[in-house]
Amino acid sequence: MSEVGKRQARVDGYDKATGRTKYYEDRIPAGTLYARIRHAEKAHAIVTAVHTGKASAIPGVVRVLTCFDVPDIPFPTAGHPWSMDPGHQDVADRKLLNTHVRYWGDDVAVVIAENEVAAIQGVRALEIEYEELPFVLDQQEAMQDGAPLLHEAFPNNILKHTSSRSGDYAAAIREPGLIKVEGWYETPTVQHAHIENHGCFAWMENGRIIVVSSTQIPHIIRRVVAQALGRPWADVEIIKPYIGGGFGNKQDALYEPLCAWCSTQVGGRPVRIDCSREETFVSNRVRHAIRFHITTWLRPNATITARKIELWSNQGAYASHGHSIAAKAMGSFGQHYPCPNMECDSWTVFTNRPAAGAMRGYGMPQASFADESNIDDCARTIGMDPMEFRRLNIMPQGFHDNFSGNTNYYDTFRECMAKGAALIDYEGKRKAYADQTGNLRRGIGVATFWYNTGVYPISLETSSNRMLLNLDGTVTMQCGETEIGQGADTAYAQMTADAVGLRSYRDVRVVSCQDTDITPTGLGAYASRQTYMAGFSIRQTAELLKEKILNYAAELTRLAPDSMEIRDGAIVRREDGEVMMDLKELAMTAQYNPVHAEHITAESTYTIRSNAYSFGCTFAEVEVDIAMCKAQVIRIINVHDCGKVINPALAEAQVHGGMSMAIGYGLSEQLLFDQKTGRPLNNNLLDYKLSTFMDHPRLEGCFIENPEPTSPFGTKALGEPPACSGAPAIRNAILNATGVAIDRLPLNPHVLYAEFCKAGLIHDVWQEEGKQDV
Amino acid sequence: MSQYKVVHCNINGQDVEKIVDVRASLTDMLRNEYHLTSVKKGCEVGECGACTVLIDGEAYNSCIYLAVWAEGKHIRTLEGLTGPNGELSDIQQAFIDETAIQCGFCTPGFILSASELLDSGKFYTDDELRKLLSGHLCRCTGYENILRAVKKTMYRRLGKEIDS
Repeated sequence: MSEVGKRQARVDGYDKATGRTKYYEDRIPAGTLYARIRHAEKAHAIVTAVHTGKASAIPGVVRVLTCFDVPDIPFPTAGHPWSMDPGHQDVADRKLLNTHVRYWGDDVAVVIAENEVAAIQGVRALEIEYEELPFVLDQQEAMQDGAPLLHEAFPNNILKHTSSRSGDYAAAIREPGLIKVEGWYETPTVQHAHIENHGCFAWMENGRIIVVSSTQIPHIIRRVVAQALGRPWADVEIIKPYIGGGFGNKQDALYEPLCAWCSTQVGGRPVRIDCSREETFVSNRVRHAIRFHITTWLRPNATITARKIELWSNQGAYASHGHSIAAKAMGSFGQHYPCPNMECDSWTVFTNRPAAGAMRGYGMPQASFADESNIDDCARTIGMDPMEFRRLNIMPQGFHDNFSGNTNYYDTFRECMAKGAALIDYEGKRKAYADQTGNLRRGIGVATFWYNTGVYPISLETSSNRMLLNLDGTVTMQCGETEIGQGADTAYAQMTADAVGLRSYRDVRVVSCQDTDITPTGLGAYASRQTYMAGFSIRQTAELLKEKILNYAAELTRLAPDSMEIRDGAIVRREDGEVMMDLKELAMTAQYNPVHAEHITAESTYTIRSNAYSFGCTFAEVEVDIAMCKAQVIRIINVHDCGKVINPALAEAQVHGGMSMAIGYGLSEQLLFDQKTGRPLNNNLLDYKLSTFMDHPRLEGCFIENPEPTSPFGTKALGEPPACSGAPAIRNAILNATGVAIDRLPLNPHVLYAEFCKAGLIHDVWQEEGKQDV
Repeated sequence: MSQYKVVHCNINGQDVEKIVDVRASLTDMLRNEYHLTSVKKGCEVGECGACTVLIDGEAYNSCIYLAVWAEGKHIRTLEGLTGPNGELSDIQQAFIDETAIQCGFCTPGFILSASELLDSGKFYTDDELRKLLSGHLCRCTGYENILRAVKKTMYRRLGKEIDS
């Protein structure tokens, strides 16, 4: 019986439904010291002095550490695999605490205390003197000559500029009769807002440092902590328990290095750092705000002949994942809508805002918004249906990308669009909504995306796996690809059951908690890589385990090993299906055999040298209240091709979550900053508008299951894809409803008001009455 | 006023008492004094709902409820919804069956609020359920399967046929 493809319940469901699951904070031992961080209240400044006297005098305060005390070791924080090529390593641009404060919220000092109250009081009692510097919040302003400089090594604040060219853009656009469609598209700074804030605790044991952290990437964190503290990598042990969501924020070294260092400063006593929600919004990571300028040249027959793409990515104060996001966004255009003549440029620019890092979609929600907005504008300009325009121009079947090695094996884009269109009655609704008047207007929109699976060939892709035959005939499985809520452990159990030949996925015990001293080395949860990458090492390790089991069975049965196989948890003679013994009997015999005792285990590493295209689309139907400047999604459908679906119930749930994030991105979410001071204005869950229970219609997710030829289980990326195409689908639906093309997110009443005024749908009362904008 | 006070209350069916800091929240008391770690902290200012517990049958954000206010109250956490032999209540089972759980961090709060409204014995429309549960934030599920879990349990308890 195959477990892959079944709607199985989560392996961690019972513990989570009873509240027994232990997250980092539930594991902190009594007596652990509290470390609290004093964050800068300047957007850009040099700390000239930190007066610690008052803080140190507070009863319960154990130690006060400032930016003048930390090791002089700049370190990188991005959760990328290590590269042996120094030119490909992440930018090391921050210290544990910083004298050069580069954003409002930067880390200046830390107070370690016996209790939480003393730590908070200590932080408040610190007196900091600053030499203020001018600051800059906008990425294009930051590139101007004379703009405030954040990092000496990066003139004009440009972290990186990359280009790509194909064909001859300049010559191509001289062709007579071309139609030009040009736009500027703007995406906001948003935050992951996982419900568990990041936190960690650290202590020393036998001279080594141990950190328990709410992270997606334990093995990478081990390296970063060691780098930051200047210790051998093997001196650090990272333990990753269950975590309350990550979405990319925890694919970065957050406060693990500082926490580890704090412990070393108090004799190795355990120290905890718990981020508040307000700190999570500002002093962790955010999604890059990216500005796009797109010029598309069409022939009257609706083919795209040339395209110019420029984008400016707001990196914030520190490099973190840096240019990877902008590069990925830029790289998406030429594959999404291949055209012969392209000029692409992307800049990642430091500004005095919170550092941007990885966030679900990694540049694709931004790129998809810009690309799919422009594509809808193209269709509209030439009077063609936007889905028809996409069918004509989108990545065709057989398309091959030489860099990633990816091939579009099926006609997936068109299949996904056809399925979604049928479900939502796209054609019918386009007709019904063609000529609307009045205040309430409805519209329907579509947007598509493609996504890579993992990071090959840009970075290392590897997965290691250990399997152990237990005495009851079950199998324990362990790998470094982490469970972060998405359901990876359950998918692994299903794949392992099939690969070994067990009765049920319940016969697989997945060790959920990673410990870098014990767990086979893996890279963690990011890039929608988990199921695809782990699939390779699961299959390979299962083969090794089966070989050992069958060799042992051969000793007991005197049959040749290759005349037997494992089926439904038993050793079976191939010839006639006769059951020779079950795995429990074999395991017990092997363990307690006085002549030949064996602990049957297998372990292996698989280096993955392939990638896979994942595809999908969103159809959104909106109702726009023009007078109220409000758009409401009334129906939304995502269609995904993530290859073979390992567990449909969990896959649908993943899609729902991504759609929810996309609706927030489309309609309401943005982190705001005071333009006069650089201070964040809404870094809390009340003022930052992520989608609540009342902001969604029913979320519908469905699948086209074209099996991925490169995967042993036919699977490919699904984690991030659902967050990619929702916002532009909503934008295009608003365009369909109102005729107004809005090129900035979020599409909230503030933005709609200005755009509807500009379009003449409503009157700008403020302007008419001569009032100033407030 | 002394900084510490004895708080007597009933937690998950047991009469208990502890000396607590008068500045402590009920979240702090339940987590730190009673090790009831199903009570989660997502914001500590009453925005996210992760710390929800039932106080005399009513759902509260325990992070903005002082521990000393619990004097004489009956408090129920998710640990108390589970039977003595680990049996699941119908709503806990529904969360598993409907894949309404992902990272699990908002789950305890959601289940307790759901349990409050299910115990009312009333019938609610989808819109009413959404509104009643909107004090809880979830970033993983899009709320879709949570709604289904609560709705199915409500229909089952009321002996009704589900419409979809």
